Amino acid sequence: MSSTAEAAPTWHGILRQAFKDQDVRLVTYVPDNVLRPLIDGCHADPFFTTFSCTREEEAVGIVTGACMAGMRGVVLMQTSGFATLPNALASLPVAFQVPVVMVVSERGTMGEFNPGQAIVCRTMRPILDSMGIEHHTMTRLDEAAFVADRTIRQAFATRWPACLIISPLLSGGRK
Amino acid sequence: MTETTGNLHVMNRAALTKRLVAGLKNREAVIGGIGNSNWDLWGAGQRPENFYMLGSMGLAAPIAFGVAIAQPARRVFALEGDGSLLMQLGCLSTIAAQAPKNLAIIVWDNGIYQITGGQSTPAAQARTDIVAIARASGIASAAWAADEAEFDVLVARALTTDGPHVIGVKIDNEPGRNQTDRDPIRFRESFMRAMAEPV
Ligand SMILES: Cc1ncc(C[n+]2csc(CCOP(=O)(O)OP(=O)(O)O)c2C)c(N)n1
Repeated sequence: MSSTAEAAPTWHGILRQAFKDQDVRLVTYVPDNVLRPLIDGCHADPFFTTFSCTREEEAVGIVTGACMAGMRGVVLMQTSGFATLPNALASLPVAFQVPVVMVVSERGTMGEFNPGQAIVCRTMRPILDSMGIEHHTMTRLDEAAFVADRTIRQAFATRWPACLIISPLLSGGRK
Repeated sequence: MTETTGNLHVMNRAALTKRLVAGLKNREAVIGGIGNSNWDLWGAGQRPENFYMLGSMGLAAPIAFGVAIAQPARRVFALEGDGSLLMQLGCLSTIAAQAPKNLAIIVWDNGIYQITGGQSTPAAQARTDIVAIARASGIASAAWAADEAEFDVLVARALTTDGPHVIGVKIDNEPGRNQTDRDPIRFRESFMRAMAEPV
């Protein structure tokens, strides 16, 4: 439908289309360099209400409230931001079963230069698993649309948070 | 409305929550903050438009903001403790930047973390003015309620004029009077059903 479909597909164009297809209109984020084209694309598209938040927890609160009031939303963040979230996730969208969709740009792996990021990265999947939050790591462009669409669809169908992890294999990582 | 903390009457959370809820006539949403804010909201009479959180300290205002974005026609209140707001001060800038017209945040300022043993907050020790923080964050309609009558005036303003609004209230150290049930699925379902009703 949009120009994204005709131009060479990109991971961020595919994600943006998956948000649209699932009527995810609220895009909150704490900035990340790898996510820039996705953030810029959402800002530029009037379908979305897009704004930055000061903390990832805050964004989870906002998206939870919006979702309960009928507007679906997503939180974009990087790995270190995800690591600030366990209490907020456990006590709010998981406990109340509200489908907050998260997109995490994965730092700390595949050639990371920052030791802190590398350690934080190892906490992410155990935290998600411990709360039963389904997560999928997106590594391939040819699978990206399927993984994104199905993950978001299932989150809303089953009323449970979900997390898409954008691997450097897909995004190219931090240059 | 009162700009400074110099001459504020110390009020009571349970009594003011009752006053607030009694004045809600248009299915306004009310998001209670952790612990006492929730408990006194519960005690003021359960309405399906109330949302009672669990342990997500500091997220009453962000949750309310999310509701306000999703439903611009509905007025939305957050009831938040001073300690809780201190944990998430950045949300005041986020809210100021987006400027939701239908959002009001009421801050119950007892100067302590009452529910965890009454320890004083760093803000109380430093005489931090929370309403001044809100104003400096870009929320122009931020004021202290000097007494019950002024609280009523500020709530009326929040119900009838464009926000976002912040209302600061100095309260005593009484604990919340009525504990909520702890039934998140039921709360979420009834809140969502209520939000699906037109205003
Ligand atoms: C992230 C987080 N840290 C600490 C706690 C423990 N805790 C629960 S309520 C509370 C104090 C709340 O203080 P305030 O918002 O001022 O309300 P009051 O108890 O004074 O009414 C604390 C520290 C928590 N639930 N979550």
